[in-house]
Amino acid sequence: MSGVDLDIAKTHLLSRKKQTLIAILGVTFGIAMFILMISFMEGVNQYIADTMLASTPDIHVYNDVTTDYSVSIAGDYFKTSNAVVLVHHPKPKEVTLNIRNAAGIREDIAKDPLVTAVSPMLSTQVFYNYGPVQINGYIDGVDIVQESRLYDLGHKIREGRAEDLLTTTNGILMGSGLAKKLNAAMGDLVTLATPGGSTMRFRLIGTFQIGIGAIDNVKSYVSLASVQRLLNEDRSYITDIGIKLKDNRYAPQEAAAMRRKYGYKADDWQTTNAAAMAGSYIRDMLTYVVSLTLLVVAGFGIYNIMNMTIAGKMKDIAILKAQGFEGNDILQIFLLQSVIIGLIGAVTGMLLGYGLSYMLSRVPFPANDEISWKYFPVLFRPVYYVFGLVFGVLTTALAGLPPSLKAARMDPVAILRNA
Amino acid sequence: MSGILETNHLQKFFYEPEPFQVLRDVTLCVQKGEFVALVGKSGSGKSTLLYLLSTMDTDFQGSIVIDGKTVAGKSQNELARFRNERLGFVFQFHYLLPEFTALENVLLPARRLGRYPLAEIRARAIEKLGQVGMESFADKLSGKLSGGQQQRVAITRALINDPVLVLADEPTGNLDSMNSKVVLDIFQELSRRNGQTIVAVTHDLDFARHADRIVEIADGRIVS
Repeated sequence: MSGVDLDIAKTHLLSRKKQTLIAILGVTFGIAMFILMISFMEGVNQYIADTMLASTPDIHVYNDVTTDYSVSIAGDYFKTSNAVVLVHHPKPKEVTLNIRNAAGIREDIAKDPLVTAVSPMLSTQVFYNYGPVQINGYIDGVDIVQESRLYDLGHKIREGRAEDLLTTTNGILMGSGLAKKLNAAMGDLVTLATPGGSTMRFRLIGTFQIGIGAIDNVKSYVSLASVQRLLNEDRSYITDIGIKLKDNRYAPQEAAAMRRKYGYKADDWQTTNAAAMAGSYIRDMLTYVVSLTLLVVAGFGIYNIMNMTIAGKMKDIAILKAQGFEGNDILQIFLLQSVIIGLIGAVTGMLLGYGLSYMLSRVPFPANDEISWKYFPVLFRPVYYVFGLVFGVLTTALAGLPPSLKAARMDPVAILRNA
Repeated sequence: MSGILETNHLQKFFYEPEPFQVLRDVTLCVQKGEFVALVGKSGSGKSTLLYLLSTMDTDFQGSIVIDGKTVAGKSQNELARFRNERLGFVFQFHYLLPEFTALENVLLPARRLGRYPLAEIRARAIEKLGQVGMESFADKLSGKLSGGQQQRVAITRALINDPVLVLADEPTGNLDSMNSKVVLDIFQELSRRNGQTIVAVTHDLDFARHADRIVEIADGRIVS
């Protein structure tokens, strides 16, 4: 690229400042909106993914028992005769939902270098009795250390300490909403009754708040042994294993591998939260569609301006060609103008986009018990800004290309003769 | 004896709006240092001939040789370089780029050529502007200059790369008689003192009379 071409392009841009400014503003606005939208939408997605992961492990291994109703023991009984056996309305038989050899599987999973935490769990429905109040809910019997790693409980404790579950006999860590409903304070005794009829008393040693009402109002943590005792099961009886991965994007592959290896059902968090994932996907789509539309509009503006510029500069182009400027020089002169508009527009757009994102991230979100947002969620990721820059320059280069090519191919003789 | 510019049996057709032969068998030889005026009525084909000589119109039969180089069969880019190096143009309408100063206009072809460093071509451009009495206007925007001044700058621009041949299309066609006189004087000066080869198309008989040779074209043929 020769410096003359760049100088001519710059002079052209500077000689019609107002037009150049308007073209730049078009790109600026497009890029700024793209950055604002993607930062905000991804912020919402991130928040939703975080809340999902606050209640679902990356991989959930459990024993999914289904009764096979197509075969009946009546068939065995009438095996010898030539009879057709039909059993109407068979009832499910009693099954045990526990994972056999849970300890072995735990150890094996923990060896996987991708896995950062393995938390065994035994869950049951309970009635919380405190005074005359009786509330339906459930308790998770867990190894609280592993469970903390899974859900980052340390940051979600409102009162007390999660580790006290290890040292207190029959301690209970309650959802904050639940504790509020029961009006239970630290150290209070709460009676829990299982559907099977057994009851047990627990002492409140702390409360937690995940940020989702549907969990905080019904769930409590106790030690694994407490639930095993409550259900009259032995010390190896567990029904679920929660797994946290270093990088949760690999959950589907890992889950498939575990399903094959252990023969139990293993769900990755994406499958468990398919509906919420679809929401994220739609928001992403929306962001790109709207941003692209804005950029295309800016692109048309540039196309228009370049066409007008070139129409007004036919004589200049002819004279440049007469003086020995090649078609390529002419192409560069006009394409450079588009790209300079695009570059300046993209950079100012990045700055404006950052400013707007920052302002949005300081706007308070209406107070709400169910959602723990204080401000609008906005992500600040360099990659969005890089995208914005690339989009801005690409769109303007594409918009400037057809008029510039037209100028480069123009026949100078036709212009000079008809002057 | 071969000249700096030779054409042999040039034929040129226009196909729009209907087929029409503009140039018929034009054979012309211009010697180095000659100042030739091409005259003729409107539509005689003299401008068409000039644009063929300019290498910008390559659609013709016959041959054109400038400075020992045959024009036909070269790519557009090669021709652009050729024009940049060896030809200079002066048009009826000044055709300076209005957003640039007089000096910048003169510098453009030299910067395109890139044969000398910028400081050197700048010095040469100012010197050449001085020869046409325009050095004090060097930093003025060319759009702010008068027609006569612009034409003088355009002549300087045509000369900046020391072309072997200067082509002019009605260089005085748009000027009043006083400015026409100035431009004619500059052309004569160039021809006599610098030995610059010039081919100028003109309607201006006074201008033509001061040329070394007058070539008259009628109906696409050289008649004298």
